[in-house]
Amino acid sequence: MEQTNFQLKKQDVQSNEWSARLHHATRATREDWLGRGISYLCIGVIILVVASMLWFITSKGLATFTQNHVNVWQFLTGTNWSPDTGHIGAAPMIVGSFAVTFAAAIVATPFAVGTAIFMTEISPNKGRKLLQPVIELLVGIPSVVYGFIGLAVVVPFMRHLVGGSGFGIISATFVLFVMVLPTITSMTVDSLRAVPRHYKEASLALGATRWQTVSRVILRSATPGILTAIIFGMARAFGEALAVQMVIGNAAVMPKNLISAASTLTSQLTSGIGDTIDGTLPNNALWSLALILLLMSLFFNALVRVIAKRGQLKHER
Amino acid sequence: MNAKRKDFVATVMINLIVAAVVGILVFLLTYILVAGLPHVSWTFLTGTTDAFSGAGGIGVQLFNSFYLLVLTMLISIPISLGAGIYLAEYAKDNWRTSLIRSAIEVLSSLPSVVVGLFGFLLFVVKFKIGFSVISGAIALTFFNLPLLTRNIEESLSAVSSSQREAGLSLGLSKWKTEIGIILPVALPGIVTGVVLSAGRVFGEAAALIYTAGQSAPVTNFGDWNPMNADSPLNPFRPAETLAVHIWKINTEGLATNAAALSAAASAVLIIAVLLFNLSARLLGNYLYRRVTASK
Repeated sequence: MEQTNFQLKKQDVQSNEWSARLHHATRATREDWLGRGISYLCIGVIILVVASMLWFITSKGLATFTQNHVNVWQFLTGTNWSPDTGHIGAAPMIVGSFAVTFAAAIVATPFAVGTAIFMTEISPNKGRKLLQPVIELLVGIPSVVYGFIGLAVVVPFMRHLVGGSGFGIISATFVLFVMVLPTITSMTVDSLRAVPRHYKEASLALGATRWQTVSRVILRSATPGILTAIIFGMARAFGEALAVQMVIGNAAVMPKNLISAASTLTSQLTSGIGDTIDGTLPNNALWSLALILLLMSLFFNALVRVIAKRGQLKHER
Repeated sequence: MNAKRKDFVATVMINLIVAAVVGILVFLLTYILVAGLPHVSWTFLTGTTDAFSGAGGIGVQLFNSFYLLVLTMLISIPISLGAGIYLAEYAKDNWRTSLIRSAIEVLSSLPSVVVGLFGFLLFVVKFKIGFSVISGAIALTFFNLPLLTRNIEESLSAVSSSQREAGLSLGLSKWKTEIGIILPVALPGIVTGVVLSAGRVFGEAAALIYTAGQSAPVTNFGDWNPMNADSPLNPFRPAETLAVHIWKINTEGLATNAAALSAAASAVLIIAVLLFNLSARLLGNYLYRRVTASK
């Protein structure tokens, strides 16, 4: 007893230090502060990048309208694109971009959905062993290689088939079709796999054939997912630059048909931005095209969200 | 047509579609390899390019591609690791987190040409660094960050929460648990994701045309001091990569054998990307076996 008291007294002398230790953060807490700091910093960097990207491109893209006083409506609907003479009608590029995007999505969707049905319903085993690697390889091929093959194979083929130069919307559609195919397929596969198993079992138990089950039950309930997949594919097609630029012919005129040279927002940007001087009208006009690209990308993003929300509501009901 | 017949017809159609898709891939690969490989030789792989016509070897471009890839990964792996840990571990389920997630989603859905133009605006126009390796590497980082972050977050979240609880109950900090316990378990998935993204970065060209530039000045491969102007490691020199080179000789090149050249360069590019994909799988499986001690 005596001894403990004595010891306590001895520690009393050091009590300041003890309380400091007890009230101070432990090593673990300090480590956690450090970790928190590091991870907050990293996420901060990403947010900063996104914010400044949106800010810079928006402010650059709006300069055409605020500094050069070009009418927005004229910019969007004008069909004459010759920035050196002050005519900047972006309609040819806008029409070109939408034309190749929709055409590629329309061609690719049946192929993608068919492949996805094969992978999930007809032969899951072959799907995993054969088609999964096929899809991954198609994703892996770089876009310049697609462009090169388009230039070396698709363009001459079109020239033989329909005449003309072979450059144009139809060639771009072919190239983009192969490029968006894996995107749409793999996302459709995911949405088909997410259909509850008992839907399919119930349908088969009623005596429906496999095709009846697939077309009336599985595809029906996976529709929001398939739509999302198609929109993702369209977003990829809309933003694809080099492959399209190599095969579309790059003539900034309103496309009259599918086989004459045309241009898209991205192709005009890649071939033009290096030749213009910062701050001039031709340069600002190109940044306005970039702004349209940015806005469309945000639009596709929002569309995906809306569809996802609708799809959820449907399943909850 | 009765239901059975319809079923049969539909099955045949789907089989035809699948055959077409497989056929497209087989055609693409054989075309590139058959048209390109005969032109690939040691002199092609190491030779220098004629600056005017674009003809000649791809030695400098090949080096540039790998150098850019390494720099990009050095910048983007730490940032996306931190961001992934934030999302998997520290982020609360509230509006702020969902805002951050949408920001990352927006970044990942931006066309790569827009990312490249932003890099051009920032580094070449505003900071006046000019077309350089470092501008290209940072532009590729912007392009790589969202996918890598999502991959790391998913790999971390997939680790069972009992591992986290075990770490915390031993008195370890959250950070130590994450770095010392969760990260090693999640490593196979992360490595697979990193190598796959390396393949993507290796083949990317649109983001590089106006950041890393379209010229490959001949460098002195005997000089490895990054400070010297003609050292291959100098981060402030313009650096045309292999993918940009293919684009360039097809659109602006004057080489008489442009088709053969770009076929050969495409073959090299495709083989490199295929190797990345294959090694991602093998490395992921190997690490998974090592870490989990399963067969």
